[in-house]
Amino acid sequence: MKKSCLLEIKNLKATINGVEILKGVDLNIKRGEIHAIMGPNGSGKSTLSKVLTGHPAYTISEGEIKFDGENINGLSPEERAHLGIFLAFQYPVEIPGVSNEEFLRLAYNLKRKSNNLEEVDPITFFTVLQEKLNVVGMNSSFLNRNVNEGFSGGEKKRNEILQMAVLDSTLSILDETDSGLDIDALRTLSEGINKIMNPSKSIILITHYQRLLDYIKPDYIHIIQDGKIIKTGDATLAGILEERGYEWLKD
Amino acid sequence: MNTNTSNLEKLVNQPYKYGFATEIETDTIKIGLSEETVRLISSKKNEPSFMLDFRLKAFKKWQKMKEPEWAYLNYVPTNYQNIRYYSAPKKKKKLDSLDEVDPELIEAFEKLGISLNEQKRISNVAVDAVFDSVSIGTTFKDELAKAGVIFCSISEAIQLYPNLIKTYLGRVVPVGDNFFAALNSAVFTDGSFCYIPKNVKCPLELSTYFRINDEESGQFERTLIIAEENSYVSYLEGCTAPKYDSNQLHAAIVELISLESAEIKYSTVQNWYAGNEDGKGGIYNFVTKRGLCAGKDSKISWTQVETGSAITWKYPSCILTGENSTGEFYSVALTNNYQQADTGTKMLHIGKNTRSRIVSKGISAGSSRNSYRGLVKIGPNAFGARNYSQCDSLLLGNNSSANTFPYIQVQNSTAKIEHEASTSKIGEEQIFYFLQRGIDLESAVSLIISGFCREVFSELPMEFALEADRLLNLKLEGTVG
Repeated sequence: MKKSCLLEIKNLKATINGVEILKGVDLNIKRGEIHAIMGPNGSGKSTLSKVLTGHPAYTISEGEIKFDGENINGLSPEERAHLGIFLAFQYPVEIPGVSNEEFLRLAYNLKRKSNNLEEVDPITFFTVLQEKLNVVGMNSSFLNRNVNEGFSGGEKKRNEILQMAVLDSTLSILDETDSGLDIDALRTLSEGINKIMNPSKSIILITHYQRLLDYIKPDYIHIIQDGKIIKTGDATLAGILEERGYEWLKD
Repeated sequence: MNTNTSNLEKLVNQPYKYGFATEIETDTIKIGLSEETVRLISSKKNEPSFMLDFRLKAFKKWQKMKEPEWAYLNYVPTNYQNIRYYSAPKKKKKLDSLDEVDPELIEAFEKLGISLNEQKRISNVAVDAVFDSVSIGTTFKDELAKAGVIFCSISEAIQLYPNLIKTYLGRVVPVGDNFFAALNSAVFTDGSFCYIPKNVKCPLELSTYFRINDEESGQFERTLIIAEENSYVSYLEGCTAPKYDSNQLHAAIVELISLESAEIKYSTVQNWYAGNEDGKGGIYNFVTKRGLCAGKDSKISWTQVETGSAITWKYPSCILTGENSTGEFYSVALTNNYQQADTGTKMLHIGKNTRSRIVSKGISAGSSRNSYRGLVKIGPNAFGARNYSQCDSLLLGNNSSANTFPYIQVQNSTAKIEHEASTSKIGEEQIFYFLQRGIDLESAVSLIISGFCREVFSELPMEFALEADRLLNLKLEGTVG
């Protein structure tokens, strides 16, 4: 049986302030697959995540992004989010005065609304939340705190995964979710991500290190350099990289 | 390129909804200010001689004073000879009831969402409506009278209750207190008067609605509220003005007096015309508001939501003389485009165990400038006095600014003072975070603003908390109505 393609990227070129960062990226991701994207600093990893989610600072100069068979080049960030695309930020921002619970409930209800589902009341939502909190091993005291305000680096990353769980996204892009985490937190979080994952979803892991891939097994690893994917392999590629660095790919 | 930022700008630049002018026949006096003007106003209002003396004394002081320059504000000084000091809708005859008010005026207020028709009003709010220089009517007078509460225009109070006026007018804000207060004392034309007798909890929320209509007239209103022993009143003022390219001056005085165990809660939702996106036009709002906690265990609480005016210069203050008395100040000040606000409070602790609490929230958008300026002064006899101050600023976009100027003077070592301040910025990255979670720009800004202002809004009477939220939404989100 042929699995359907969730994300198809063809010859994607993108610029910021007139400087080309992505120089022709091709990538196909099927439902149920986990893809890791690795590469040296400044190679375009984070840019790819921003372009996929529609960050307004970036302009697509060529190529196309198809999500579930539809071209999404022209969609706004919130429309893409409602389709089920989620980005776990490398540096989650702090939002003063807005509680985590309110933020999550609004995001949850707006997504439901755009999918013609009824919005849920705070009590029903609280039940939804409890279950998701358990998945990522967070306690409910987080809910009353302002979004990311005063959170430690690890708590911020955990909060991103909680949002991913609550919004039940179809395509999740995790931008260096492992950075700044100690080994225990990394394990808990990875277990959470594995629990959320299912055959109808896909994940893109952007990372520098193999250690995350020890916990979340990718089907493919892509190496991006200077705005292009220069090598694709299976999970063993990470081991080779760890040993030899990116230099050996230069030839 | 910075699409988020420009969207944010679009959002905060919603048109002013109350900018219409009403065509109405008016009784006006010549532009300009002299002793003659002061005498003319007093005689037009048919005032007793003590009031003329009060005005003339103020005018003499004003002539010797200079406009203050210490505020962090930048504006073309007002030419006080270019203002009309009296403008009143022409009355065809003396009004016996609200039913006889000119339908044009009723309609003007209906358009502002203020119905003077008692059947249509929210049942628990009494309104005094002030149009340019005069009060055109007060609702629910009879019902209030049953409880012994006096709520009428100050002109009426001068005629009917001269002894109360003589005793209390100018007691908290003396005629020569400051430049704008002296000017107001000389030329004020109307305002509200409210007296709550001993042991009475005022059965209704009292409210005054100020409307500037005439392009050349200044508005100088005067409010006096007296709460006798063990009484309680909650009072709200609202204001709007038409859009003109010129600047209009608004210099009001509010005096509150709270006697033993009495409480006055004074709330303001200020939405004067703020000028256009290039900073042209708008109201100059120079206001002196001060409350005296004269009695033991008395309390005065100021809550303000300041969204309008080109210039705001305003420091609602409390003089805490009575032992165990409490002063509170809750403020949200929103500035946009080229608006400038220099606002805050003064808490003067004089009596023992006096307490004060200051919560100030400043929101700056566009190229606006928003300053908090506050003084907490603990006198030598204020043993055990306590103050808590919190000043938070929120910047929307990259071109606005916020400042905090807290002044603290302590002359008694048993006092406890706490001050907290924070500044946060909502920029492109914060907005993108919301968008990526599927929350559109309008909902995001609304959530941020209501979260940021929550501590202040919760102090407003219920109906007005909704109104304030709606007002900020209107200014920031484009959801009309």
